Amino acid sequence: MSALSSRRRGAPRRPPERAELWLGALAATLLLLIAGMLAFVFKEAWPSFSHNGLAWFGSGGNTGQQLAAIYESPANPDEYVYHLRAWPLLYGTLLSTGLAVLIGLPFALLCSLFMVEFAPPGLKRIMTPVVRFLAAVPSVVYGLIGILVLAPWIDRHLVSASFKLDVNAIVPVSGGGLLLASIILMVMIVPIMIAIISDALRAVPRSWVEGSAALGVNRWRTMWKVSVRTARPAIAAAVVLATARALGEAIMLAMVSGSFIWAPNPLDGLNFFLEPIMPLAATIVGQQEGFSAVPLGQTLYAIAAVLLVSSAILSFAGWAVRQPLRKYAAR
Amino acid sequence: MSALATPPRDPRAPLPGPRRTKARDSASSWPLRDRIGLALCWGAGITLTLVAGSVLLYMCFKGITQLRPAMLWTHPSSDVDQSQTGGFLDPIQGTLMLTTIGIAIAVPIGVSVALWLVEYGRPAPLARAVESAVDIIAGSPSVVLALFGLSFFSESFLSWMSFHAEDAAFGRSFMIAGTVMSLIALPLVVGATREALLQVPNHVREASLALGKTKASTIRAVLLPAVRPGIATGTALGMGRIIGDTAIVILLLGNTLTIQPRDGAAPVVGLLQGTGSTLTSYIYGNSPTGEGNAPEKAYAAAFVLLLIVVALNALATRIARGRGKDTAWIR
Amino acid sequence: MPPPPIRKISLDAPPTVVHVPPVPLDGNGNGHAGPAGGVHTPGPPPSEAPVLERMRCDAVTIAYGPKVAVNRVDLPIAQGEVLAMIGPSGCGKTTLLRSLNRLTELTATASRGGRILLDGQDIDALEVTTLRKRVSMVFQQPNPFPMSVFDNVAYGLREGGSKRPRKKELMEPVERALTRAGLWHEVKENLDHPALRLSGGQQQRLCIARSLAAQPEVLLMDEPCSALDPISTAKIEELILELREQIAVVIVTHNLQQAQRVADKVAFMYLGELVEYAPGEQLFNAPQAQRTRDYVGGAFG
Repeated sequence: MSALSSRRRGAPRRPPERAELWLGALAATLLLLIAGMLAFVFKEAWPSFSHNGLAWFGSGGNTGQQLAAIYESPANPDEYVYHLRAWPLLYGTLLSTGLAVLIGLPFALLCSLFMVEFAPPGLKRIMTPVVRFLAAVPSVVYGLIGILVLAPWIDRHLVSASFKLDVNAIVPVSGGGLLLASIILMVMIVPIMIAIISDALRAVPRSWVEGSAALGVNRWRTMWKVSVRTARPAIAAAVVLATARALGEAIMLAMVSGSFIWAPNPLDGLNFFLEPIMPLAATIVGQQEGFSAVPLGQTLYAIAAVLLVSSAILSFAGWAVRQPLRKYAAR
Repeated sequence: MSALATPPRDPRAPLPGPRRTKARDSASSWPLRDRIGLALCWGAGITLTLVAGSVLLYMCFKGITQLRPAMLWTHPSSDVDQSQTGGFLDPIQGTLMLTTIGIAIAVPIGVSVALWLVEYGRPAPLARAVESAVDIIAGSPSVVLALFGLSFFSESFLSWMSFHAEDAAFGRSFMIAGTVMSLIALPLVVGATREALLQVPNHVREASLALGKTKASTIRAVLLPAVRPGIATGTALGMGRIIGDTAIVILLLGNTLTIQPRDGAAPVVGLLQGTGSTLTSYIYGNSPTGEGNAPEKAYAAAFVLLLIVVALNALATRIARGRGKDTAWIR
Repeated sequence: MPPPPIRKISLDAPPTVVHVPPVPLDGNGNGHAGPAGGVHTPGPPPSEAPVLERMRCDAVTIAYGPKVAVNRVDLPIAQGEVLAMIGPSGCGKTTLLRSLNRLTELTATASRGGRILLDGQDIDALEVTTLRKRVSMVFQQPNPFPMSVFDNVAYGLREGGSKRPRKKELMEPVERALTRAGLWHEVKENLDHPALRLSGGQQQRLCIARSLAAQPEVLLMDEPCSALDPISTAKIEELILELREQIAVVIVTHNLQQAQRVADKVAFMYLGELVEYAPGEQLFNAPQAQRTRDYVGGAFG
């Protein structure tokens, strides 16, 4: 593999090289496969959307009962039930993802700065494995800790007995819910953001940092105005990736979000955060045993399609955000 | 000190002794706003470390108190009595098999795609399409990929990959789950390799090309060694995601407690076509959300899972470090 | 922790005798005109401004880990004249230059002995940000930030203090700095263009403008022209001669002709030691030390 072993050649210009063709063919195959997958998902999802129209995204009725009715559809394809108002699922996803990313981003940025620049050498050495570790812990382990340790704690200390009694008939409140889901989601996505952002911060050319220092600008401002500025495309990428992960997290959320299809009511004050949610991805896991019932399977594909479209929109947003920033880039 | 002193030029001001000068500017002179920022930085970094520390310590505590060595080589079995449900030998084997399959598919494809994107990338529209396809995969929740796999691999022309009867395939097996797993690892491999390639300065490529080497041999002799830490990082991240993923396992591995090779097939092929479980699905199954509900077993398995994940990460870090020294110039 | 490396080395290897010609200096700042050299050589036109000592190195020793890069250098730096530091690669010129505003501290292994004074005050006693505002630096490779031209020049003004000035207030100092750097007419239409789109020479002058905007008292230049073409080089040399009237300029250069063109005083360094410090024409025409003679002679054939 050493650079010396490869022979010198006369470098005749013969475009395109064989390597290029092979690699290109591979990439094109991958592209076809992914495009096929998208088409397949949307094809399967179509019946659910076409029966409900835009009302699919609206609210109305009890979503849990609607899913049950879809599962119990008659076997005759003409009598399939598709009626679904999925707003509580969308709302749950938006809330948990939004909270986790909004709180997680500044936290991750600060952690990255700490880890790259401000931590004393000893701590700096610890921080990298810490981030690695948090990113490596499987979501099911977070879910396990959430459901066995944190949910009972929240249930005991934060959920008031009167609130529980008030809503008992409508919705079970047991510790698992929006608050717990968002917190654990944040713990899960922050390491991803830190990894991306700190990498970018480290890659900021030393000459810029020195140039700023030579002007008598202190380290905080130097990091903030030069390094973080330079790392903005990476920050956008970090947000996009983290949001995508949060959107798609299924198992952990299925474990800690309260296992009940419900849209938390902001009018409930702080109790809002304690009410259960049921994000889209968790719904798929929760309902997967009924997958063989064709209409439910198609409904699950519809949910999957919504997730796919959201992540596609996200990637596009991330790309669009990065465009104006490129103007100043060296490359 | 006196041995060092030169006759001072100004007798009233003796020379100070040699010392290591303070490496940094002191925060005490900074404007208040900057100092608040620094404090927040510290707060975030310490919080993150504490969270990681408590997760680690808690899981170690639970693992050490719940794990019996015999669990590691006992097959699991289902029983009402928790003490009779055996260990998790099969889930451990399942995890290892699935990871091997997934990585074996993802790394060669991922590195090739990244190489093609960065080093060739023409025709440009194709490159952009491939890039966004990889982005879409990266943004796709694993549960969506699993759902897709469930239908796709049930198609009769793919029935050789799983249990199958005359006309229909079961659509669940190690091979299928591993293939879908490779999709979730792929973007990480592509991303890490691409980043590393982009950081190789152009003059390095030009220097190699100027020696008369072809682009292909430049890739092999110069670029691949240079980006090896990047590939290692991507592989480690990909492994972590495969090992930690639960949704794909639950949907695509058949979720049988023990490994069930397909009857009447050659040994290895039968294993690949067979079903089983992994540590993650075992934990999920034994959490209060799952069917087993044996928290002690779940904790023990989670501890083993964590050990595997941490060990793999440490290994990957070492590989990256060993090779990374040669390429310190990249920064 | 091993003991600081400098002590050990200076005990092991006593410094060789350094030929430092007596430097006429007046501590009160009532300097007198430049050197009274009788020989006529192509050199910089004599400065109009009075010569004032601003900085002084006092037995400065700098080491990276155990490796001594600069060994017991005594050197005055004066306003009103340009000091050029010459010498072969790796002789410690750049290290010495970087230590003048404590940029060496960004290297974790660096340590320093001796004293550096700015206007009679030890620079270690100054807050490092204050010091660097007063003693600014231009680097070998142009390093404009990835921002607009305007933001680059305004950077030091915006981020140096505790209060962020408005853009309107910055317009005037930015224009002044760009004018002093001779760049105003080239960029006044494109102040919001990315600085990295400028040519190399323009980028370097932008970096000079960026340093000048904060109104430093000493400007350190580390081979500012080594990455530039002859025309850009000529512009920057012209600029250096103008700047010396108001601020002390120290320039590190590999290029002896350049030293001859711009420097009033020249310091020749070799293997971390200051071999000779003298007015430009004297050092080039009648060097005292043998090593200087060899080095300079090589250039003059």
